[in-house]
Amino acid sequence: MDLLINLEECYSNEDRMIQATVADFANKELSTGISDAFEKGYFPTKIIPEFANLGLFGISLPKPYGLELSKLAYGLICYELEKIDSAYRSFISVQNSLVMYPIHEFGNEKQRSIYLPKTSSGEWIGCFALTEPDHGSDPDNMETVAEKISGKWVINGSKAWITNAPIADFIICWAKTSIGIRGFLVNSATRGVIINEMKHKMSLRASVTGEIVFENVELAEDCILPGTEVGLVAALKCLTQARFGICFGAIGAAMDCFETALDYSKNRRQFDKPISSCQLIQADLVEMYQELTKSQLMNIQLAKNSNTKNWHIQVSLAKRNACRVALNVARSSRNILGANGIMLEYKIIRHLLNLETVFTYEGTDNIHTLIVGKYLTGDNAI
Amino acid sequence: MKILVCVKQVINPYAKVFPDEENKIVRSNNARYSINPFDEIAVEEAVRLKEKYGFEVIIVGIGSLDIQESMRRALAIGADRGILVNTDVELCTLVVSKIIAKLAQEENINLIVMGKQSTDGDHSHTGQMVAGLLDWPQGTFVSELTIGDDYLKVVREVDNGLETLQLVMPAVITVDLRLNEPRYPSLPNIIKAKNKPLNKINFSDLNIPEHTGYEEIRYDSPLKREQGIILSGSEELVDKLNLSSMVVK
Ligand SMILES: Cc1cc2nc3c(=O)[nH]c(=O)nc-3n(C[C@H](O)[C@H](O)[C@H](O)COP(=O)(O)OP(=O)(O)OC[C@H]3O[C@@H](n4cnc5c(N)ncnc54)[C@H](O)[C@@H]3O)c2cc1C
Repeated sequence: MDLLINLEECYSNEDRMIQATVADFANKELSTGISDAFEKGYFPTKIIPEFANLGLFGISLPKPYGLELSKLAYGLICYELEKIDSAYRSFISVQNSLVMYPIHEFGNEKQRSIYLPKTSSGEWIGCFALTEPDHGSDPDNMETVAEKISGKWVINGSKAWITNAPIADFIICWAKTSIGIRGFLVNSATRGVIINEMKHKMSLRASVTGEIVFENVELAEDCILPGTEVGLVAALKCLTQARFGICFGAIGAAMDCFETALDYSKNRRQFDKPISSCQLIQADLVEMYQELTKSQLMNIQLAKNSNTKNWHIQVSLAKRNACRVALNVARSSRNILGANGIMLEYKIIRHLLNLETVFTYEGTDNIHTLIVGKYLTGDNAI
Repeated sequence: MKILVCVKQVINPYAKVFPDEENKIVRSNNARYSINPFDEIAVEEAVRLKEKYGFEVIIVGIGSLDIQESMRRALAIGADRGILVNTDVELCTLVVSKIIAKLAQEENINLIVMGKQSTDGDHSHTGQMVAGLLDWPQGTFVSELTIGDDYLKVVREVDNGLETLQLVMPAVITVDLRLNEPRYPSLPNIIKAKNKPLNKINFSDLNIPEHTGYEEIRYDSPLKREQGIILSGSEELVDKLNLSSMVVK
C-alpha cells in the first residue's frame, strides 16, 4: 500500500533491505501452506532449514554467535513473519529471544559453544518452559523444583503451554532450587522427561504447544545456567526481548487484516456502489489506519530506546497497546468482509483467532496494565 | 575472468503508476523501488558462475545515489564489488550502452550479463547496443548457459522455439526469466554487502555526450476500459457488432 506517513524514513538502508528480503521470503515461502497448517493444526517443520539459511536464528545476538542486527531489524522481521501468521513469529521469537538469548546471556562459554552454533543452524530447536498448569501470571510461585542430590540436579514438576515443546531438542526449564529460581538446560530425550502435545487449540493452530512432565529427571551439575542466579529476573529479561518482537508482530498481523479489508471494501458492491464509499465503512478504515500508524511510530521509538531506563516497562506499554490495537483492527476488518470474514481463505479470522493468544501470552493484558500502573502510581496492584 | 553485470533500479512492478501533470515522467506515490527482476536473474547467474569457477563479479549501476540499494542487494546475492555511475539526468539507452561499453573496456571484462529488458521502459535495447558498440558477439533472451575455456554456449528463447549458439568471449548475454531462480540474499550476506567496495564515479567524468538526438515526448495512462453491457439476445449482438465497425465488415 502507498504510505501517507512514510515510516521507512526512520529505517537505515540495512534495516530496509532486511525487511524487504524477509517480506519477499515470507510472501513466497510462508504464505502458501499456512491455511492448511492452521486448519490441520501442525507447524510446517520443513521451513526450519530455510529459516536457518536466511539467517533468522541469532538475529540480535552479538558476534560471533549472532548477526548483531539492530533492534529495529529484529522488530521488522517479526512484523513481516506475523503478517503471514503469528505461528511463524512465535517460532522465531522462541528460538531467538527465549532460547538463544538466555544461553548467550546466562550461559557459560562451554554452554554457549555447544548450544549456539547448533541452534543458529536450526539443527537444534529449543523451547522455554516457565508456565505451569497452576501458575501462569505468577511464575514466582512455581512448583517445579530442582534439588541438588549427590552432585546431580534432580528436577520434578510439570510445565504447560510450552511453544515448540513437541518438536524441541532441548528445554530451558525454570525451576525452584533451595536458593531461588534458576534456569536449566534439559535435553528432551533425558530419562523422566515426558512431552505431550496440547491438541485442539483454537488459536495459533500452526504452532505446536506442549505439556512437559519432569519425573525425577537427573541432570549433570553443569546443566544449570550460571547467570540465572539472579532468579526469576533472568526469565523476565528473556520475556522482555520476546515481547518487544510481539509489539511489531501483532501490528504485522493487524496490517494484513487492514489491507485485506481495504481491498475488499473497494471491490465489494452493495446497493449499487462499492461499500468503501459508505461513510461508516470509511470511518472504520480510517480508525484502523490511524491506530496502526500510531502503533508503528510507538514501536519504532521503542526500538530506538532499547538502552534507556525502564525499557521493560516501555515494552509492557507497547505490548499492551499492540495487542489491543491488533485485536480491534482484526475484528473491524472481519466485519467489513461480512460473511467472507469468517472464511479461512480470507485470512482475517485466522489472524483474529491467533491474536487471542498473543493478547494472553508473554504477560496478559491485565498484567501489563498493572506493570505500567505500578510505574505511574508507585502502587503494586498485582 | 571478470564478469560485469548491469543493475537497474525500477519502480516495483506491482506499484500503481501514473504520468505527472505535464505527461513527462511516470510517478508513483511512495512506491518501493527494487532491482529490475531480469537484472536479479543476471546477478544470480553471474554469482553461480563465480561459485563454480571463481570469476570476479562486478556490478554496474547508473543513476542517482538512491540506486545503491539495488546495488547492495546484488552485492548481497554474492557479487564482489560495484561501480556506481552517478548522474541525476535520465539517460537514454544509447548513452547507457556507451557507459557500459566504456567500463567493460577499462575493466578488461570477459563477459557482460544483463537483463533482457527492464520492466519500466521495456525497451530491450541495451544489451544489443553494448554488443554493437564493443563489436562483441551477443546472445539475447538466454534461458540456458554453459561455459567453456574461451567460449559460451547459450540457449535462446525465440519465437519458434529454442536456438543454441556458441559465442567466443568476450561476449554479451541478456537473460530471460527461465534461466534461474534468484536466491534470497541471507541476512549475514546483507551485512557483508555493506562492506564490499562500491566505487562512485561521476557520469560527467566519462566524457560521453549526454544527448543523442533521442527524446521522450510524453507519457499517457492506458485508456480506461469502458464498462461492459449486457445484451438481450443475438439480434442485438449482431446489431452492436455492425455498429462498432471494426469487428464485422
Ligand atoms: C499458545 C500459547 C503458547 C504459550 N507458549 C508459552 C511458552 O512457550 N512458554 C511459557 O512459559 N508459557 C507459554 N504460554 C503461557 C502464557 O504465558 C500464559 O498463558 C500467560 O502467562 C497467562 O497465564 P495463565 O494462562 O495461567 O492465566 P492466569 O494467570 O490464570 O490468568 C487468568 C486471567 O486472570 C488475570 N489475572 C491474573 N492475575 C491477575 C492479577 N493479579 N490482577 C488482575 N488480573 C489478573 C489474567 O490477566 C487473565 O486474564 C503460552 C500460552 C499460549 C496460549
